[in-house]
Amino acid sequence: MTIEEIIKPENRVYAKPRLLNDNNMHYCPGCSHGVVHRLIAEIVEEMGIEDKTIGIAPVGCAVFAYNYVDIDWIEAAHGRAPAIATAVKRLNPSRMVFTYQGDGDLAAIGTCETIHAANRGENIVIIFINNGIYGMTGGQMAPTTLEGMKTSTTPYGRRIDLNGYPLNITSLVAQLDGTCYVTRQAVHTPAAVRKTKNAIKQAFQNSMDGKGTSLVEIVSTCSSGWKMTPVQANKWMEENMFAKYPLGDIKNTVKQ
Amino acid sequence: MAKVLGAVTVNQERCKGCDLCVVACPTKVLALQPKEVNNKGYHFAYMQNPEACIGCSSCATVCPDGCIEVYRVIVK
Ligand SMILES: Cc1ncc(C[n+]2csc(CCOP(=O)(O)OP(=O)(O)O)c2C)c(N)n1
Ligand code: SF4
Ligand code: SF4
Ligand code: SF4
Repeated sequence: MTIEEIIKPENRVYAKPRLLNDNNMHYCPGCSHGVVHRLIAEIVEEMGIEDKTIGIAPVGCAVFAYNYVDIDWIEAAHGRAPAIATAVKRLNPSRMVFTYQGDGDLAAIGTCETIHAANRGENIVIIFINNGIYGMTGGQMAPTTLEGMKTSTTPYGRRIDLNGYPLNITSLVAQLDGTCYVTRQAVHTPAAVRKTKNAIKQAFQNSMDGKGTSLVEIVSTCSSGWKMTPVQANKWMEENMFAKYPLGDIKNTVKQ
Repeated sequence: MAKVLGAVTVNQERCKGCDLCVVACPTKVLALQPKEVNNKGYHFAYMQNPEACIGCSSCATVCPDGCIEVYRVIVK
């Protein structure tokens, strides 16, 4: 059989989801944001909730998420996405409402909104891209930056005596009674991508069912900020990030 | 015995040459163009070893830019 005979519509087993439009994404090559955008588009399409989904975009590299995933979006001020999501979901309880936030957005300037929305048990989903750095503004230290990790504001590595400890905000949020599902995933291998997809799907279902707050952390790479190739960044993440941010479900109170 | 034949297409203009699909492929089908670049200046991915493709979709699953379509045929 020739390649031309294999490449026919009836043999197609994977294609870019329709909701991920044809705009070129501005992300750097290999950026985890792209994979997660694609997964959101796939899941919304598969769940048939395209007209019911409202995303709240952050300040950070994903500020332009609305240019790529064809659903309804609102752009929040830095860190305020959970507050906006709260209002949107309370006014439109039948909608699936999620925020999409980086670690600078969610765990630094937006810590208050994150903690209180989760503590109130708002029926929203928080998608948390933890790349341990402020990507958009040039790779400054974030609360999640690892000890010893070099960033533009910690050129000799993060020092605990000077900068404090890396903030494991996902484990913190899991302590709050308002959360129903808290999980930490990654998108560096095909198997990890599939697990992340299942996790986001469950979180979206929880929002539809009004079960409380779900948080899906995705331990991510920022190859530009980390000054590595995308392949090196994935390896560095496995060897360094996963020790501080181990993958797996942290809390799940929703019976499957 | 049934045999699985696969093939992929890469949207060359969308591709950013990140190499993640090349590394994810279990049968070493893909490579980045050694010389040629797309309009963005990236060495895009292509099937260097098309006969080895089993249509497993690993490459498409890790691609951050949704560049890859996967095709699969089972030959009895
Ligand atoms: C109120 C306010 N303060 C500061 C900034 C500058 N700023 C833009 S993006 C950003 C950090 C984003 O980092 P992160 O949330 O980790 O997302 P990433 O870019 O890594 O995806 C900062 C501090 C801003 N836009 N608004
Ligand atoms: S700066 Fe980092 S987070 Fe931002 S697009 Fe580039 S790789 Fe992604
Ligand atoms: S479908 Fe599987 S075998 Fe074929 S190129 Fe992609 S990863 Fe390799
Ligand atoms: S993973 Fe996607 S963007 Fe990266 S080289 Fe392969 S086809 Fe290109």
